[in-house]
Parts: sequence; structure tokens; C-alpha cells
Amino acid sequence: MEIKIVKQILEWNEDVSNEIKKTLAEKRVCFINVMGSPGAGKTSLITALITALRDRYRIGVIEGDIAGQIDAEKMDKMGFPVVQLQTDGACHIEAMSISHILPMFDLDALDVLIVENIGNLVCPAEFNIGEDFRIAILSVPEGDDKVEKYPLMFATSQALVLNKYDMKPYFDFDDERVERNAADINARVRVFRVSARTGEGMEGLLGWLSERIEQKIKK
Amino acid sequence: MHELAITEGIINAAVPEAEKHGASRILEIRLKIGELSGVLPGYIQECFDIVSQGTIAQGARLVIERIPVTIRCLDCGFEGVIDRKKIRCPQCGGAELKLIGGREYFVDSLEVE
Repeated sequence: MEIKIVKQILEWNEDVSNEIKKTLAEKRVCFINVMGSPGAGKTSLITALITALRDRYRIGVIEGDIAGQIDAEKMDKMGFPVVQLQTDGACHIEAMSISHILPMFDLDALDVLIVENIGNLVCPAEFNIGEDFRIAILSVPEGDDKVEKYPLMFATSQALVLNKYDMKPYFDFDDERVERNAADINARVRVFRVSARTGEGMEGLLGWLSERIEQKIKK
Repeated sequence: MHELAITEGIINAAVPEAEKHGASRILEIRLKIGELSGVLPGYIQECFDIVSQGTIAQGARLVIERIPVTIRCLDCGFEGVIDRKKIRCPQCGGAELKLIGGREYFVDSLEVE
């Protein structure tokens, strides 16, 4: 006997993601999903962003890690609310994990919540977690072919940050190829060339980010 | 890489539905997987064989159909299948597109006894 069911496999994730969106819309919290490979510089970039924006906005962080809590400890030392999310081996963060963690934050006292997703170019892109927008980080040493090889993450992000741009002289990294590939699959993506370490190129990213944060939190 | 989560999703979608129809065993599960999704069809069966043990879905065959990337162009109204490597309107080159298909993955139907 054939049974027709037509049931989306990750349906529950979408439902939870929509609930998170609703909650954060009511609380006027801008929710940012930061994704990229291990070593791309997610923690460094987030740390640099917070340092630059903390006078203007109240910021919290969810640190996703497969194991360990080095990143969360680093951020905790900087003195803002950070919650560690250990996925215990899983390659991505799901909306359900976020909805468990949200009550640990005082959302009335937050303007911005940043999630550092698991270091991985493939899986995190599949799971909406209720975010307002996504930032994909690609660092120069990873190579300029990554957008072609891992299209979904770059196709669903609103900003593409080319990090460690100060290393470009030492690598065969064709930034125009990356930008072209990104535009092919995502015409509206904004590309920023930065070095989170030296601060080079950060103004552009900060300007773009502040604009989007303002849109979300203004009463 | 998250084939395990997906496999659990497949079982959660299929088993209750089969039981509702009084089935004692699921023979085949037909899936539709979009070309833009990162799911690797080759791994799903292997994961499935492990996760389905002890359920009525144990031993079921997964049949996977890929769904091409389909868009609607908000500029010229074109609707149709496009190359997944070039997300642009093939008619007018426009970039204001609505994705109609290609990212989804779902259980389409079951064969049960």
C-alpha cells in the first residue's frame, strides 16, 4: 500500500525558528548568525565587532562549539553576557538549541545577540535559527574556491567577510573570483575585506552592521 | 554531515504516519531532496539503516528523487528551472528572484504492508 505524506523533514526546525523570530521581534533584539570554517576567525571577528559596538549597543553572545569552552572563556573575560552551547559532536546549531538558551539572557536588556555557529561550511547553512541575518566569514588562507564548493552558506548570507585580508600578499587568493562567485549565487550579498587582527577594513562592516541593527531595534 | 539529524527526521515523519494507517512494516520511503540542499543522498541510507533498527521502518529502502532549483523572477515574471551554480534569471538576467524549489527535503510517500 502506498501512503502519500509530503512531510518536510526539518519542519520542526522551521517552526521553532519562526517562534524565535517572533520573540526577538517583540523584544527588539537583532539576532546575527555568524558562520565559517574552523580557523576562519569567527571568534576574533566577533570580539572585534563587540569591542567597537559595545558603547552603543547591549550585546550578548552564544558560543557554539562542538566541545570545550575556550572561546566562551575568552569572551567572558571581556565582561558581557555569553552562553556556551556545546553541541556534543553535532556539526551545526539547531533552532531548538537556541530556544533552550534564550531564557538564559535578559532579552529586555539586550539590543544584539550574536551566535557563533559551529566551524563548518556545510551544515550550519541548512538550519535557520531565527536569525535576522547571516554573516559568512571566509579567510584568505582557506582559498578562493570555497564559494563555488560550498554554495549554500554563501547563497543564504547577507554579508561575506573576507578575513585575514592582510595575509593576501602571501597567498594565491583571487578576491575578485570570490566576489564574482558570490554574486552569481547571491546578487545582494555585501562583501567586506577585513583583518580582524589589525582592524583594517572594519569601518565598512561596522557601518553596514550598525545600520541593520538600528533598523531592528528602533522603536 | 548532519545526515543523522535528517535520518531521525525521516523516521519521525514516516513511522507515525505508517502506524496511523495500520501498517506493520515500512518497505520503502520516497524522499525528494532539493539540489540546493547540502544533503548527501549516499550517506542517508547508511545512517538510516542504523537509526531505524527496532522500528517498523527497519530494512526499508530509501528512494531519493532530486528536485532542481526553480525560481520566479520578480523583474520579468519568468518561472522555471535554473542552473544551481548561477542564481540569476535566465531570461532577463535579473537578480530579484524568489526561490520556489530546490532547498527543500521532504518525505513524499511510503510503501507499507
